[in-house]
Amino acid sequence: MYFRPATLNEALQTLSDHSVQILSGGTDFYPSLGDRPVTNPVLDISALRELRGIHHDADFIRIGGLTTWTDVIAAPLPPCFDALKAAAREVGSIQIQNRGTVAGNLCNASPAADGVPPLLALDAEVELVSREGKRRMPLSEFLVGNRKTERRHGEILTNIYVPRMASNATSVFLKLGARRYLVISISMVAAVIATDPQGRVSDARIAIGSCSATARRLPEMERALIGADARAGLGEIANASDLAALSPIDDIRATGAYRRDASLTLVRRAVEACVQGSTHG
Amino acid sequence: MAETQAPPLVIQNAIAFSVNGAPVSVSAPLWLRLSRVLRDNLGLTGTKVGCDAGDCGACTVLLDGESVCSCLVPLAQVENCEITTVEGLSSRPPVFDNLQKSFLAHGAAQCGICTPGMLVAGTALLERCANPTEAQVLDALGGVLCRCTGYRKIIDAVLDVQPGRAEQASPAAGHAVGQRLIRLDGQQRVSGTEIFGADETPAGTLAIRAIRSTHHRARFTIGDLDAFLAVHREIVAVFTAADIPGRNCYGVIPPFADQPVFAENETRFRGEAVAAIVGEPEAIEAFEVSGFPIHWEELPPILDIDAALQETANRIHAHREGNILVRGRVVRGDVETGLAESDIVVEETYETGFVEHAYIEPEAGFARRVGDQIEIQACTQSPYMDRADMAQILGIAPENVRIIPPAVGGGFGSKLDLSVQPFVALAAWHLRRPVRMVYSRRESVMTTTKRHPSRIHARVGAMRDGKLHALDFAADFNTGAYSSWGPTVAARVPVHASGPYVVPHYRALTRAIHTNIVPAGAFRGFGVPQTSIAQEQLYDELADKLKMDRLEFRILNALDDTTPTVTGQILGPGTGIRACFEALRPKWNAARSSAQEFNSRATGPLRRGVGVAGMWYGCGNTSLSNPSTIRVGLKPNGRIGLHQGAVDIGQGSTTVVTQICADAIRTPIDNIDLISADTSTTPDAGKTSASRQTFVSGKAASLAGAKLRAEILKLGHAAEPAEITFGENCVRIDQPSIGKQRAVNLADLPLDAHGFVATGEAKFDPPTTPLDANGQGSPYAVYGFGAHLVEIEVDVELGTVRVLKIVAAHDVGCAINPTLVEGQIEGGAAQGLGMALMEEFFPAKGENLHDYLIPTIGDMPPVESILIEDASPIGPHGAKGIGEQSVIPTAPAILNAIHDATGVRILKIPATPDRVRAAILAAQKSGAARG
Repeated sequence: MYFRPATLNEALQTLSDHSVQILSGGTDFYPSLGDRPVTNPVLDISALRELRGIHHDADFIRIGGLTTWTDVIAAPLPPCFDALKAAAREVGSIQIQNRGTVAGNLCNASPAADGVPPLLALDAEVELVSREGKRRMPLSEFLVGNRKTERRHGEILTNIYVPRMASNATSVFLKLGARRYLVISISMVAAVIATDPQGRVSDARIAIGSCSATARRLPEMERALIGADARAGLGEIANASDLAALSPIDDIRATGAYRRDASLTLVRRAVEACVQGSTHG
Repeated sequence: MAETQAPPLVIQNAIAFSVNGAPVSVSAPLWLRLSRVLRDNLGLTGTKVGCDAGDCGACTVLLDGESVCSCLVPLAQVENCEITTVEGLSSRPPVFDNLQKSFLAHGAAQCGICTPGMLVAGTALLERCANPTEAQVLDALGGVLCRCTGYRKIIDAVLDVQPGRAEQASPAAGHAVGQRLIRLDGQQRVSGTEIFGADETPAGTLAIRAIRSTHHRARFTIGDLDAFLAVHREIVAVFTAADIPGRNCYGVIPPFADQPVFAENETRFRGEAVAAIVGEPEAIEAFEVSGFPIHWEELPPILDIDAALQETANRIHAHREGNILVRGRVVRGDVETGLAESDIVVEETYETGFVEHAYIEPEAGFARRVGDQIEIQACTQSPYMDRADMAQILGIAPENVRIIPPAVGGGFGSKLDLSVQPFVALAAWHLRRPVRMVYSRRESVMTTTKRHPSRIHARVGAMRDGKLHALDFAADFNTGAYSSWGPTVAARVPVHASGPYVVPHYRALTRAIHTNIVPAGAFRGFGVPQTSIAQEQLYDELADKLKMDRLEFRILNALDDTTPTVTGQILGPGTGIRACFEALRPKWNAARSSAQEFNSRATGPLRRGVGVAGMWYGCGNTSLSNPSTIRVGLKPNGRIGLHQGAVDIGQGSTTVVTQICADAIRTPIDNIDLISADTSTTPDAGKTSASRQTFVSGKAASLAGAKLRAEILKLGHAAEPAEITFGENCVRIDQPSIGKQRAVNLADLPLDAHGFVATGEAKFDPPTTPLDANGQGSPYAVYGFGAHLVEIEVDVELGTVRVLKIVAAHDVGCAINPTLVEGQIEGGAAQGLGMALMEEFFPAKGENLHDYLIPTIGDMPPVESILIEDASPIGPHGAKGIGEQSVIPTAPAILNAIHDATGVRILKIPATPDRVRAAILAAQKSGAARG
């Protein structure tokens, strides 16, 4: 069975009536299928046009779940979204960016999902809608493990809400991989930093991906950054103990020890780049 | 019994969309991948499938003007959309076929399997931006992998698109050699009309799928197949070892043949086939292999060399003691005395990993039975070897096996071995229906041969004056479960382990060792790339200890025309290694100063380094006969027919052999009609391997062309000096020196067995001698030489390495077609870069193209090729091979550059960021790192 409804209500009805697998951009659906045919019922939500696009509300910037990475790159967005845009450019290739969606990246919940660290650093929230109603939760709570989320049966991730930040907030995304394109990261870092009129850090958010079952923020380091002078050398605040909460593994891409070591370098560089506007990345 | 029933394929209403401007309507499962819809339902096979996972981009099409991977798009989502495939590009304004023409002019298409994806992605860019920057080109094409070209000619082609590009003028008769002729098979590669292994499906074709071991080693029992077939009515037949009419054993080197089509009782590697099911394609695809009646008992496997060599180790093949397939040996002088005499000795152990060929075309083809003949059209580099092995398997005469090689979407050695052929042929033979098989990427990676992992220990000594004195070299190669080309690697490596240098005292010993891993086979260089990684790093160490410039050390020790090699062979004229190094000298000095300057000013984490490495490589088989036969004839219509049996796997042999033959006949090249490598019509031009096609088949083409010319002169009772003009149904022969001129009407002449009025056929087998017990003799008639200079930048905090530039000097004897030669050099350098920095296959992990990484377009730096033409007296026009030569020096040059930049040696490749960083940290601890 293959369902391709045109409205969210129809989609929710289908979701509640059938045990279906949700398909939107297809960029994770088909690779996981391998060379087997589709045997489970599919709910194709790509025709839900209401879920595509980026909207500027008073308190939030709202990213529709079906917004593609190409849409993110093309959208006019404040500088605190630069990290998200940079991550969008690092998602696979242009072919993948043209089809893959932001909500798909979150629901697939890969530890190496490129979109997650920037959205975590933006304090993004996700909206989940079912026939029973809507709920909203921080992205950090939505992602609970490797390929595991809080999405319940019957729910669709409809929107991502990003609370507005100080307009001077800057952001940087650094991805480390063994080749230039089409690469799954060894580690990646997103940093968002805002400053007060005295040139001190007023807000700092640092998130690291590929180094734990889900990407995570570094709250101790963020606290240490608040109040510091936002100028060259800021990145030196980061030290190895800030990364203690990570649990990087050895895999075919790198050793866990390397991930920890390289992540500290990436964090320092990302913070530095936020205040300098340049990177070594 | 497990759930095996496939759900019904739900056919919904037809989906309407447009393809290449024409409306279409397709009724098929709505989830069906667009790539499959285009190829299977609409017959548009120009769109290629390389991975079914968005990892390779070969299936890129335009969806409403945007690049997408059509393997990731369900049919349902293209409703009312506009799709453009490679077949439709030429009618799409404003780019039309200008990009295709630019691809041809720049030699940007080699095997052609990635070309449709590249052209589509490039067109998407050019439609938005008529004059893109290089960075924009990289971003636009970053999602399409190419394994042949090294990408630089593709970048050049996209940057150099011009409307109304003039057609290339055909060279005058006798002047094709040396010209940058557009490849003769180019047009079909850029238009999407070329037929590759998976591109043809005769009506009524069944599909076959292998049931494979999921364990590295296992005992198995197949259950009741009659009962299985009674339940699974959709399965037409099941085949196992019991169904093989001939010998359930094959192998590329007959004395070592040991690989079964279907394992019997026990499997020796993960992925080995034990049975195969045949049925209608939809049924076979839907079949859940876990429903096949088989009981597995996993056995403890041997996964590495050390385990295989343990005294208590289980023998993988009962008759091979110690799990040693074969040993190789070359000894000259007295190595122990030589090392004792040496003023300076360095010693090290190096390890290299499993490298996957990763051509973008997975193995594919079909077979059909025609009476008592079996016809096999499947991707191959070696039609006559396939014929011999398939005859044995089917128990029929070789003449009853017809191999029809389609275009090959990259081979690099792995398509020398059988893949789909035994399965499709066996089933077609028994069922008398065409049977087709297309490997998934996973199946391709899991079951086809790889580059041998190696462990090399070497000691090398030099005298204070800088002269190399002694080399003691020992290498173990993990050859996997079956012999494949293990004996060739073990034999070739000891001949080459000195590199292109004079080494008076020498001992090189090799072993190919069996493990329960997918067989390692032939991969561009047969073990020599691994060897050069050890040898060239050690030579750098020696030069440093001698306080000599690393390039000058190599020049001082370079082989020459008169000094014997390590096998005692005196190479004579055409030993161009010194010229290669000397060509690099100005670049080397400039690059070294520039890197030192950069590093002296560096305050951040980046350090630059420069590395150099040399190589030599014997063309053709090692001390074994490897003839090519080329037949060329004059047709009654006045055109030339060329039976060219050398399989062009993208390297360009079709074009090169034709250029050589045309000049020998002294006919314009466009007067030649090519006749394919079909074994029923075309003589054996040997395998496309060992860098032999330009040299061996090219020489045979030269001899055959000269013979045909003589035959044509005979037709006119004329002799040289003469000029032959080919007209319609006639030839005119002018002999200006004697004032004689006559026309020969061809239509009236009798035809020979090949349909020609005159035929020239010639066989060339390079003159070699057997090697004695110490490996002394002349193993190759001709060697190719080269040296690469690599400039890199290391981020010492992250361990990442960026290659900034490669300068490649190669002595090719004569560049028959310089564009194609450069294509081989750039493509070889890309594979060398991948091997050095990112490529390693882990059995049972990463059987795909997102875990197994090959370089993307963003990883390849500019490559400057310097072609040295120190002619060999034997090759056609003095030409030598270049296919494998080009890959050998890149990796060691990169590793030497890493050392130059950081002071650390990477002893285990690939030099992934974690390994480089770990080496830097270890050196910092011991105080040895630079920067």
